[in-house]
Amino acid sequence: MELSGGHIIVQCLKDEGVEFVFGYPGGSVLHIYDAIFHQDEVKHILVRHEQGATHSADAYARATGKPGVVLVTSGPGATNAVTGIATAYMDSIPMVIISGQVPSPVIGSDAFQEVDTVGITRPCVKHNFLVKDVNDLAETIKKAFYLATTGRPGPVLVDVPKDITDPNIKVPYKYPKKIHMRSYNPVVVGHKGQIKRAVEVLLAAQRPVIYSGGGVILGEGHKELIELTQMLGYPITNTLMGLGAYPATDKQFIGMLGMHGTYEANMAMHESDVILAVGARFDDRVTGKLAEFCPYAKIIHIDVDPSSISKTVRVDIPIVGEVKPVLEHMIEHIKESKLKPSKPALEAWWQLIQSWRDVNCLEYDRGSLFIKPQFVIEQLYEVTKGDAYVTSDVGQHQMYAAQYYKFDKPRRWINSGGLGTMGFGLPAAIGVKLAFPDSDVACVTGEASIQMCIQELSTALQYNTPVKIINLNNRYMGMVRQWQEFSYQSRYSQSYMDTIPEFVKLAEAYGHVGIRVEKPADVRPALQEAFALKDRTVFLDFITDRTENVYPMIEAGKGHHDMKLRVAPGTPMGRELS
Amino acid sequence: MRHIISILIENESGALSRVAGLFSARGYNIESLTVAPTEDASLSRLTLVTRGNDEVIEQITKQLNKLVDVVRLIDLADAPHIERELMLVKIKTPLETREEVKRMVDIFRGKIVDATATSFVVEMTGQPSKLDAFIHGFDESSIIEVVRSGPTGISRGEKGLHL
Repeated sequence: MELSGGHIIVQCLKDEGVEFVFGYPGGSVLHIYDAIFHQDEVKHILVRHEQGATHSADAYARATGKPGVVLVTSGPGATNAVTGIATAYMDSIPMVIISGQVPSPVIGSDAFQEVDTVGITRPCVKHNFLVKDVNDLAETIKKAFYLATTGRPGPVLVDVPKDITDPNIKVPYKYPKKIHMRSYNPVVVGHKGQIKRAVEVLLAAQRPVIYSGGGVILGEGHKELIELTQMLGYPITNTLMGLGAYPATDKQFIGMLGMHGTYEANMAMHESDVILAVGARFDDRVTGKLAEFCPYAKIIHIDVDPSSISKTVRVDIPIVGEVKPVLEHMIEHIKESKLKPSKPALEAWWQLIQSWRDVNCLEYDRGSLFIKPQFVIEQLYEVTKGDAYVTSDVGQHQMYAAQYYKFDKPRRWINSGGLGTMGFGLPAAIGVKLAFPDSDVACVTGEASIQMCIQELSTALQYNTPVKIINLNNRYMGMVRQWQEFSYQSRYSQSYMDTIPEFVKLAEAYGHVGIRVEKPADVRPALQEAFALKDRTVFLDFITDRTENVYPMIEAGKGHHDMKLRVAPGTPMGRELS
Repeated sequence: MRHIISILIENESGALSRVAGLFSARGYNIESLTVAPTEDASLSRLTLVTRGNDEVIEQITKQLNKLVDVVRLIDLADAPHIERELMLVKIKTPLETREEVKRMVDIFRGKIVDATATSFVVEMTGQPSKLDAFIHGFDESSIIEVVRSGPTGISRGEKGLHL
């Protein structure tokens, strides 16, 4: 079969089993778009801004586990995609981005819509390619999918000059079934000796904590994580990226940890003597002040990426490998081991944890006349029976969603954890809804974040992706305001917008339903109404308490035991441990 | 501590910028860097001198290994090795100093590879410290130009860095 470059790209996507391509046309990719026109197997989703394309593809990948695919033109098309590429990179999301480039002969001449895409994206992709010969095109795309989806996943970009897709130049097409790269051999199975050592330390623990992250979800290791945690009876905490890997409603789950983690999770980390870190990377929002991080703990760390190990926190027992096979091995070893976890020690440990739980750190003022953002999330959880896909933007609302929506399944909580990209939520919701049209998809956002990619409301109409937008409208950039209240004596510099659109009218202008909710009593009915409108995108504008803050909070430069709480904890804490 | 990291890397355009970009993005320093294709034209050998404590060097090697174009690498400073640097120096040689300069070049086992009525070009290889010593043996005003390759190196013994 002889094909031109444009058709090769489309054929590669078909052979790769790609369902959707999120993109936006332009001069350098016109040949590719013409090839797309000739078929309907690969569906193209026309976004309104390239950033939206990357977030939709990214969220599609997060929800399905399959790589997201993006197609953008050269120059501004590529630069607009950079934020979304960096977002995917920070959270290790498999994504393939095909970008047009000016024709090879004019590269380097500052041609119209020319930018050094490979250079600009280099620090925020797992790898990238510039295709120089149409004969290399299919293999390069195969490599891109292979790299994006194996080892520690990530975005891979393929830059394709326009002459490579020339319809008049046809070459034999063959899509490689397998690919081997001598310079790329990710480790899969963990070191047996290390796993054995880890199990010994784990079973001898007096105050253990399992701390798991996004790697468990990416590596499909949640079943093994649940089995391991329940056979040991140890407390488990999840990172922001790891929520859903372990069911939040289970009694062994002590909540999210880190800057806005629960009191019990952070205190347990601080007082623990053994930590099993699984697919987590000791991010600064998790650790707080490094010098005070888990001062009494031996640390076991499972990660597929060797460079994640001992990057910020020195690890005692590193295990490089994919989470799933490593956990399987650990489970086997635990079953075979004569050692058993110490019952009295574990009971004492759970008692202590219970005293921290009794602080009730997520309690808030339920009698308020204003709508409390926490209340909206709790109601959202109930109305959707805890089974919705929840995407979020970045800020206070993101933390409320993480704290109050109890995720019991992996891949349900879709947020930009590493890069913290405002504007992520709405295009992400669209990507998820395309993947799972029969599931409820909610985008939890705020009036500042939502405006960063609001144009995608138009995409939502075109492709009939009825998502529900939960706008927690406090008329502030809430998280910025909170930091300004705590650290800048309430000098609210530029964290307030004097003009905010009427979101109901805006939603209607885009062809959707808008509902404004001002009273706590109206929250639940409004949510019920919105989710009952199965075939409509609904914009719920909740006018929330403008002064509400996210608690608990570990302020920058403080340790896990040094949390700001809504109410002073009436329980003894500290080192009264044997 | 000073480390010499020797890297086998795919000989592809942009590969060098991935290494250089990694160092600047993560705040590691590069003291010197040399690169050239190997006997296998599809591979380049890159020698990089950097400084840092053990944790930093561990991260540097891990991050380098993570680059898809990097095939293999070693830290030469971990084991006995040979280190050499090439230097070309252009020196002012008025009649009264010519003999003196020639003697210095002989002492340091260099070679005079170009001579005019008023200047020599001296070629010299060796440990970077030897090259430093040679330069310091001259008055600053008599040195017209110094070109150094940066160190490159190879481990001692039978073992080598190859595919």
